[in-house]
Amino acid sequence: MSETPAAENAAPEITAETVQHLAGLARIALTDAEVEGLTFELDSILTNIAKVSEVATDDIPATSHPIPLSNVTRVDEVADVLTREQALANAPATADGMFRVSSILGEEQ
Amino acid sequence: MSELTTLTAAELSAKLTSGEVSAVEATQAHLDRIAAVDGDIHAFLATDSDASLAAARAVDERRAAGEQLGELAGVPLAIKDVLVTTDMPSTSGSKILEGYRSPFDATVVAKARAAGLINIGKTNMDEFAMGSATENSAYGPTFNPWALDRVPGGSGGGSAAAVSAFEAPLALGSDTGGSIRQPAALTGTVGAKPTYGGVSRYGAIALASSLDQVGPCARTVLDTALLHDVVAGHDRHDATSLNHAWPSMAAAARDGVDPASLKGLRVGVIKQLQLPGMQPGVKERFDETVALLTAQGVEVVEIDAPHFEYAVAAYYLILPSEASSNLAKYDSVRFGLRVEPEGGGTIESVMSATRGAGLGPEVKRRIILGTYALSAGYYDAYYGSAQKVRTLIQRDFAAAFSQVDVIVSPTAPTTAWNIGHVNEDPMQDYLNDATTIPANLAGIPGLSLPIGTASEDGLPVGLQLMAPAFEDARLYRAASAIESLITARDGKPFWAQAPSLVSASTGKAAA
Repeated sequence: MSETPAAENAAPEITAETVQHLAGLARIALTDAEVEGLTFELDSILTNIAKVSEVATDDIPATSHPIPLSNVTRVDEVADVLTREQALANAPATADGMFRVSSILGEEQ
Repeated sequence: MSELTTLTAAELSAKLTSGEVSAVEATQAHLDRIAAVDGDIHAFLATDSDASLAAARAVDERRAAGEQLGELAGVPLAIKDVLVTTDMPSTSGSKILEGYRSPFDATVVAKARAAGLINIGKTNMDEFAMGSATENSAYGPTFNPWALDRVPGGSGGGSAAAVSAFEAPLALGSDTGGSIRQPAALTGTVGAKPTYGGVSRYGAIALASSLDQVGPCARTVLDTALLHDVVAGHDRHDATSLNHAWPSMAAAARDGVDPASLKGLRVGVIKQLQLPGMQPGVKERFDETVALLTAQGVEVVEIDAPHFEYAVAAYYLILPSEASSNLAKYDSVRFGLRVEPEGGGTIESVMSATRGAGLGPEVKRRIILGTYALSAGYYDAYYGSAQKVRTLIQRDFAAAFSQVDVIVSPTAPTTAWNIGHVNEDPMQDYLNDATTIPANLAGIPGLSLPIGTASEDGLPVGLQLMAPAFEDARLYRAASAIESLITARDGKPFWAQAPSLVSASTGKAAA
């Protein structure tokens, strides 16, 4: 079995701090009410889905893909090219034929 | 309601081929129907009558010029908003993609256009296909044509409601954990999830790439099969697309019309799919259908699939994990919404503000859950274990299919529920998908068709059929025979029992 703590049937408790940390990783700004709701919901969901480890023993291979395929290749040729205008057409902001974004680095960086 | 909208796609296609009806007339009749009833149904997020009529005129001109056209040329097609289209916006039901215009067509859309089908509009769905009721759409719910206070199922509630309400004879959907089959069951229509890789996913806005599969929806088994034939096949744009010589699904459906074709078929009933919370009226209809099959000389075998009880748990690890990765592309840079936090900020804070404002609660929930399941220290225990459960479920199916040709179950444990009914614990909603999820985990094909209404509420009940991978045609052959048995029992096709919605324009429930 895996050595990680979650291998136990009881999932680790989800706290508001955990949710805030995950939201940071996922780049989603959450309100306090959302954090509170997700803390409760995630805890319940994880309690229910942690049971997968009951039957996932070492001798069972993992399936990442339902119908296995190998060495999927294609001819290396230029195709389906978008024009610059097409590529930029849905952008929230553009400048000089490029995507325009806010500053990459904050003041503290 | 115009007679043209109550024809099956097969019947309409015959009239189009003979010249009795033009594609423009067929398209206009469906646009009129949408104008008359969609205020109450809200199956569509976008329509564009100019674009649809122009496409119809082009088909009429090609036919007039003597061109040999596909069987469905001129037949209107509703397209789930998860599929990108060049002529109408594609939002996947999310505010974060409001107004998005794709520079290319999804492969299935391109194939449909090449076959002469007319895009009649984009259908409503749960945001990014996350949900089972279409109530998670950022653009408001879709209402079940059978009872306007009920959900149409989801995530493809718009496509199912559109065909159920005669707004289109055909629709495209996508099925990650039942999003074609379950809405079909709840709206009294037919829907198929093909073998994974049987239909291209290119241009289907990704939810969970190892589970997503695009497929057809219609009111009859034959119509569903005709659309399946149009969209199936290898696509070099999709690395998971199967290079396989698919037999004609329409030919299989036509082969199966005579119920005598069922004789000798071995049908499995999986113990674990007879869910404890099943509605009595659903169970009644299911048992009755199994009895109909037995009377036709079908051998019914009870099957034990011990790992199915882990399927929902595995699914709700794999799906959020893959979704959290797929949805990282909505970053406010290249397309979609951008929300600037007060006082500006770095791109990172813009990204967080955008995703906080542009994604709905269920999408946030699943991204956060997936981020957790994939984080260091938990990956093996959660995502890794879920992938092992996937192997075990494939083995259960393999053992089952060594004994039977087809597996049947109720498509959903209940009929359509009331709009606005909220479970405080989302896990309760997730457990309702237990019947449809195993097919996605194993990559096998599944199909739902209506088998009657439940005695307690008069709402449609669906039968799910499953077959081994690559055996999609087997489903159509058997489903067609069962459809004939149901039609003979009722004295008319199931779809003809749908409410006409004549009172829909007054806002009253028609059922």
